[in-house]
Amino acid sequence: MQKLVEIVAGVTDGSLTATAVLEEHLGRIQARESEIHAFNLVTADQARETATKIDADVKAGKKVGALAGVPIALKDNMCTRGIETTCSSKILQGWKPPYDATVVTKLRQAGAVVVGKTNLDEFAMGSSTENSAFGPTKNPLDISRVPGGSSGGSAAAVSAGFAAASLGSDTGGSIRQPAALCGVVGVKPTYGTVSRYGLVAFASSLDQIGPFTSDVRDAATLLEVISGHDPMDSTSIPQAATSLVSVLEHGVKGMRIGRVTDLPEGCEPDVLARLEAAFDALRKAGATIVDVKLPSLQYCLTAYYLIAPAEASSNLARYDGVRYGNRVEAADLNAMYAATREAGFGEEVKRRIMLGTYALSAGYFDAYYGKALKVRRLISDDFARAYKDVDTILTPTSPSTAFKFGSKTDNPLAMYLCDVFTIPTNLAGHPAMSVPFGVGADSMPVGIQVLATTMGEQAMFKVAAELERAS
Amino acid sequence: MSDNAVLPNGWQLVVGLEVHVELATKTKMFSASANRFGDEPNTNIDPVTLGLPGALPVLNKHAVELAMRIGLALNCKVQPCTFHRKNYFYPDLPKAYQITQYDHPLNIDGFLMLPGEVRIGIERAHLEEDTGKSTHFGGTSGRIHGSDYSLIDFNRAGVPLVEIVSRPDIRTSEQARQYVAELRAILLVVGASDAKMEEGSMRCDVNVSVHKPGTPFGTRCEIKNVNSIRSVGRAIDYEARRQVDLIEGGGTVRQETRHWDDASGRTETLRTKEDADDYRYFLEPDLVPLVPEQSWVDQVRAALPVLPAARRNELAELCGIDKDGESAFVVVERGQDDYVRQVVGNGGDPRRSVIYVQQAFADQGAAPKVPAKDLAALTILERDAKVTSTQAKTLLTDLIEAGGGDVVAMAAKRGFEALDTGALEAMVDAAIAAEPGAWQKYCDGEEKALGALVGAIMKSSKGKADGKAVTTILQSKRKK
Amino acid sequence: MPEQISKETVVKVSRLARLSLSPDQAEKMTSQLAGMLEHFRDIDALDLSAVEPMTQPYPLKNVMREDVEMTSLDRQEVLDQAPAAESGRFRVPPTIGFDV
Ligand SMILES: [Mg+2]
Ligand SMILES: [Zn+2]
Repeated sequence: MQKLVEIVAGVTDGSLTATAVLEEHLGRIQARESEIHAFNLVTADQARETATKIDADVKAGKKVGALAGVPIALKDNMCTRGIETTCSSKILQGWKPPYDATVVTKLRQAGAVVVGKTNLDEFAMGSSTENSAFGPTKNPLDISRVPGGSSGGSAAAVSAGFAAASLGSDTGGSIRQPAALCGVVGVKPTYGTVSRYGLVAFASSLDQIGPFTSDVRDAATLLEVISGHDPMDSTSIPQAATSLVSVLEHGVKGMRIGRVTDLPEGCEPDVLARLEAAFDALRKAGATIVDVKLPSLQYCLTAYYLIAPAEASSNLARYDGVRYGNRVEAADLNAMYAATREAGFGEEVKRRIMLGTYALSAGYFDAYYGKALKVRRLISDDFARAYKDVDTILTPTSPSTAFKFGSKTDNPLAMYLCDVFTIPTNLAGHPAMSVPFGVGADSMPVGIQVLATTMGEQAMFKVAAELERAS
Repeated sequence: MSDNAVLPNGWQLVVGLEVHVELATKTKMFSASANRFGDEPNTNIDPVTLGLPGALPVLNKHAVELAMRIGLALNCKVQPCTFHRKNYFYPDLPKAYQITQYDHPLNIDGFLMLPGEVRIGIERAHLEEDTGKSTHFGGTSGRIHGSDYSLIDFNRAGVPLVEIVSRPDIRTSEQARQYVAELRAILLVVGASDAKMEEGSMRCDVNVSVHKPGTPFGTRCEIKNVNSIRSVGRAIDYEARRQVDLIEGGGTVRQETRHWDDASGRTETLRTKEDADDYRYFLEPDLVPLVPEQSWVDQVRAALPVLPAARRNELAELCGIDKDGESAFVVVERGQDDYVRQVVGNGGDPRRSVIYVQQAFADQGAAPKVPAKDLAALTILERDAKVTSTQAKTLLTDLIEAGGGDVVAMAAKRGFEALDTGALEAMVDAAIAAEPGAWQKYCDGEEKALGALVGAIMKSSKGKADGKAVTTILQSKRKK
Repeated sequence: MPEQISKETVVKVSRLARLSLSPDQAEKMTSQLAGMLEHFRDIDALDLSAVEPMTQPYPLKNVMREDVEMTSLDRQEVLDQAPAAESGRFRVPPTIGFDV
């Protein structure tokens, strides 16, 4: 399969056509999508139109964008004008937004070819894509296993060669964990570097869009395109996109890499073994491994599962059957609200709405939500101390490799533990990415997570590139 | 109305007001669709206004500036502030939360002065967004209750509002009316809002309680839907009496929200405290703190126009009228005090200048078309008794219709020749001779008898005599 | 931390959230929420009295836009996506009582 950068180079110099590249990807979708179910919608017709236009532009000698001809899949929680955007929820099934998300606009301007909208855990709530109202996505490497979540469809689409790259959103690990489980690269950028405008909100202070690609260079290339200030997002950092591709060959000589000595328990030994191998590889490449303590890490899960549902309970209140989406008719307004939301939301979404509503309600706010915000500060302070001594930190991305369908569905807490290593960066607002680094005992891929401080993407990508070279 | 005119047995009224004003911006509080009244339904909408999935708010800088003008005009402290979400379900609230300010509002701790040096504290004046508009159909009354369905227009959703919350310092319905009138005058002068109560760009919620002085405040009721200054007074008077009657009848006041029905002149229960919503306020994660730079605050303060109270004082001093009176209030509210100053500057009689403008220039705006020197000339004609006050009124109408002109020529054209004092005295003497009984009574101190004498003179002069001049002559003759 | 969550509280919260739960669902939800909240008691051990809450991942302030109008969305395109519309407006069922 071609890398994103090879496609761009080929399409731009005329040695490839966007149409041929697209048809190759559509062919793979045709062959395997029925078993994988990576997509909620394949937009083959629009994609063909776009590809044709790009080829015409190249022929006419017009300048084409930085992603010319790249088939890209979008998580189905990013608004696409006139194209169904469902968040894998019955409540939004059939909804065609009247506007494009900023990332979608940027992709189109860069000449990317959007091939479809990918499956996710409903409203991005989950770690296995089993919470989709439209059925689960299968892990392309072993269809008896989950692809991870919530961006399972986007991870699977890249892993299966349905798209050269895809976008996901990461609120507590929803890009990195499925990237690890599907054996691809996944990046959660610094909060505020990629616009959230048009990303259907789950937890506003945690959500970030980021790329899935088959290698680190592709991820850097795509991230450079989608990053940068957006005046439509008040939390967007007013800075131009950081140059990333330029640092990939820099190596890690002299860099200080953090090893967390008080990592939360529960990680599979084969995964931990890969982490040690990663440290060895970096040491060999000239980096120094430094022990760091993050004592508040153990409280992250609690802080996250109070903050994220609280924000979600408010963000998801707008699905009321009045302006868009689906309604269950009833005799009066409040009955309509309740019937619509009862029928429209799945179990996990309701559970989190309940949890979040409770955490914010009168009499409980201080004990739950208020406290969680303070724990969030502790975690941020822990990281700040650690980053005085190190440039990046390495952890496993996920405590285990891809697990079997149904193995965690009856125990929400067990599912929540999948995010134990990824959640802390969301709370801190830092960047982190998952790079495939060998396999576990079951021969399924293991992802190593590289963490860095706010706007520390260059250091993070240097280390990720080195790990990729060593794997 | 005197203090406590409606409350018997020593009950004291306690009122606080929450006034919502729509800001005079071009666009909404958090998005770029138009803030415009009266457009076709749902034609000023965007992803933010409709609360579409994925839409994000961005604060309107001009709205902040207008809110600061209000705060500074109300003597508030402008401070660093944040935005919260107030969560509740209602079909005209698109996101199911209102973005508002909670524990850190933009403006705090101000005051507003009412006539008689009555100081009403302002607790806060904070920024928030307006809701859409529901119209109820079917049923019997067109009201929410009993309707068959509602239709919603989101043009108003997201319009920037400032909510001005007074302290419970108001003690009479008259003070409440004065407060709203004064607030409205300030909003207009600083250009923050068009403050049209009839169009809903200024809306009052009134908190009313009663107590006996020296005891704690009573339980308060919040009255909604009070849509004119007159209704403010009526609603308070009704509600205060309702509460007193309730307590004196052995009942207790429940904390509740009540609805003012202007037609019936009554308030009725809208919802009680028990079923009040739990709004689950929390910091709006899609917005960042607003920390107005001191330089910005200073700039806004420096650019504030002279406020109505100061302008009324100036006008009152210039024209020799009551600063708390109707003339001063109305002329300043219309922004015509500068014009009056010009008339006086052109030699106009100060008192007549302001009264003419108050009475005849209601629809002329801040820059009347009649040149100041022409109006000045008219006041002089009347003052010098060259024309009667009745004739002056006619000439004033002529002047406005013509958009100015030579008033002496206009008077001549109308045949308003002035009566000199000698002619007037002769007429007065004739009237005394004709009405000896009335004259005797007048000399005995019966002021009412004056009417018959003046009437006789007006009749004999065919309206050309100036009533005031005639009275003066009669008074001086009586003294002799 | 407050005592264990009761079914009554769960029902009250479900009303606030406009989610109607059947008695069975309420029962199940109560036990699931109780399990989670029990797990979340780990932070009770922390002394947080001197800790400032963290509400924003990146410390921005004073993000504002100029007061410039942009074109409205197309009303028909928007109303086409609405569950019910009439006369250029969104249609909703009546409000019964004053509980809104
Ligand atoms: Mg209020
Ligand atoms: Zn308000």
